[in-house]
Amino acid sequence: MTSPLNPHLFDADVEKIPTRNGYGDALVILGKKDPRVMVLSGDLTESTRAHLFREAFPERFIECGVAEQNMLGIAAGLALSGKIPFVCSYAVFMPGRTWDQLRVSVCYSNANVKIAGAHAGLSVGPDGATHQALEDLAITRVLPGLTVIAPCDYLETKKATLAAAKIKGPVYLRFARDATPSITTPRTPFVIGQSLVLREGQDVTLAACGPLLYEALRAAQVLETQHIHAEVINCHTLKPFDEETLINSVKKTGCCVTIEEHQIIGGLHSVVCETLSRNHPAPVSAIGMPDSFGQSGEPQELLTHYHMTAEDIVQAAKRVIKKK
Amino acid sequence: MPLRSSKKDQPDLPALKLLANDIRQDVIRALVKAKSGHSAGSLGMADVFTALYFHVLHIDPKKPRWIERDRVVLSNAHICPVLYAALARRGFCSREDFINGLRKFGTPFQGHSNTHFNMGIETCGGPLGQGLSQAVGMALAARHDQADWHTYCLMSDGELDEGQSWEAILFAGKEQLRQLTVIVDRNNIQIDGFTEDVMPLEPLADKWRAFNWHVIESDGHNLRQIIDACEEAKTIYEKPTVILAHTIPGKGVDFMERHYEWHGKPPDPSEGRLALRELRSLAGQVTSEHE
Ligand SMILES: [Mg+2]
Repeated sequence: MTSPLNPHLFDADVEKIPTRNGYGDALVILGKKDPRVMVLSGDLTESTRAHLFREAFPERFIECGVAEQNMLGIAAGLALSGKIPFVCSYAVFMPGRTWDQLRVSVCYSNANVKIAGAHAGLSVGPDGATHQALEDLAITRVLPGLTVIAPCDYLETKKATLAAAKIKGPVYLRFARDATPSITTPRTPFVIGQSLVLREGQDVTLAACGPLLYEALRAAQVLETQHIHAEVINCHTLKPFDEETLINSVKKTGCCVTIEEHQIIGGLHSVVCETLSRNHPAPVSAIGMPDSFGQSGEPQELLTHYHMTAEDIVQAAKRVIKKK
Repeated sequence: MPLRSSKKDQPDLPALKLLANDIRQDVIRALVKAKSGHSAGSLGMADVFTALYFHVLHIDPKKPRWIERDRVVLSNAHICPVLYAALARRGFCSREDFINGLRKFGTPFQGHSNTHFNMGIETCGGPLGQGLSQAVGMALAARHDQADWHTYCLMSDGELDEGQSWEAILFAGKEQLRQLTVIVDRNNIQIDGFTEDVMPLEPLADKWRAFNWHVIESDGHNLRQIIDACEEAKTIYEKPTVILAHTIPGKGVDFMERHYEWHGKPPDPSEGRLALRELRSLAGQVTSEHE
């Protein structure tokens, strides 16, 4: 089997592309393939990369202005009339400001709306706490019928966007702002609802989603030099969650570290703990926001401050192994 | 079937008037059995629903998802008893099931109307302010597909307090959505009291005009006026239209009329009997053939 990882992943000059670019490129492909695809933007067209679609298909692009609640409702109406709307904003605003619309207009009627929350996590850095979406996974995954995906890199975001268009029903896609390392290759499989084991090991499971998956893979490399064999899982789909892959891994390793650019409460950590407590109780430690708001700073500075780097993951892995 | 007199497309007004009365009675019967639900708004909008479902709309009860149908979005979905009553009388669902099943476990007649049953309901409603945005999306889809169908959004006046309503009004004005007509139930009440005390809306017509809408003021109990307003709306090509339908909450039942206390409660069995007696006699004017 060919490795699902970018062979240059650990090079100093690893290719870095913002995940949102994958969304923008996929929208253009979808626009060509399916005349039902429409794109709505809330005055954030270029930064969500929807401008590529606007240029290619102006008659299917809808500018909604700074009014996200209305935008999501319009998308629901379009979907209920047979369209496949992709709605673009920042994750702090959508789902942040539009949770009620997401719940009732979209999810309760199972409207075929795809919601793109850009600039999630700490990677908006200097914009500060108000613009750092660290709660979006928690508030989306509780909604019945909503698929929730946090892709790890440019290519996976592209694949996830294409896959989202194929399933009938609402999907939330989460993107980061900054350029982040290309972890996967064109041949890395991507199936909604199927986590992917990127590296096998017997001592500890590292379950990650989003661009922080890169830190998890780096941590696994460091641990290897200390004779600790970590298994790394890309948990890109938080809902429906691939319980089987996680359970099988933890049955083998006996413990887990969750890694996400999100509040520890309510996101991947919660998904993993819920899954294990029901099926195979085991110690789990968490890398993520410790129930606090962020602040301005360079993304790397913030990741260091909030203990989300490879070095922090190494320490967390060693601690959780001791609890076995 | 649509109630039209022999002259093509002319409404049979006396028959529509009787039908509105029948719909009001069904609403009362269902609310008494449900033991909860919203009386005032349901009765107040019975004439608008009658005009829509029995004259204005292009719909087919045998094909609730007919692609060319006109769409109705009920945004203030707490008045769904009148929607169910109209749909039942029009043949989209069983009248008996509605009267016995409103707000009951396992029935399609949920406390707020939703799309999950194939009986001609377009959206899930409840939280106020969400309907118009969805109606806008539908009107955009129709325009994009160069289809002829029209979208009607029914709203309460109280839900114009919601910011999302005005986001949608602003957007529809920008897009000049001529295939969209809003009917506001201008009954001047909301849960905490009179709208002009809780959150004044006047000058309401001027507000809509300022957002580039065509505004028609109508007596919400005059079937001729409601139908004429809907027809006028279709002749306006450069703007969406709002019909401010002036209604009396609780219309048709003397002890409910104009009392905002009846917003969210049903009649008890003896109040129900009183209400039905009054409605059956059309306030003493007419003797209905129905029981
Ligand atoms: Mg009212």
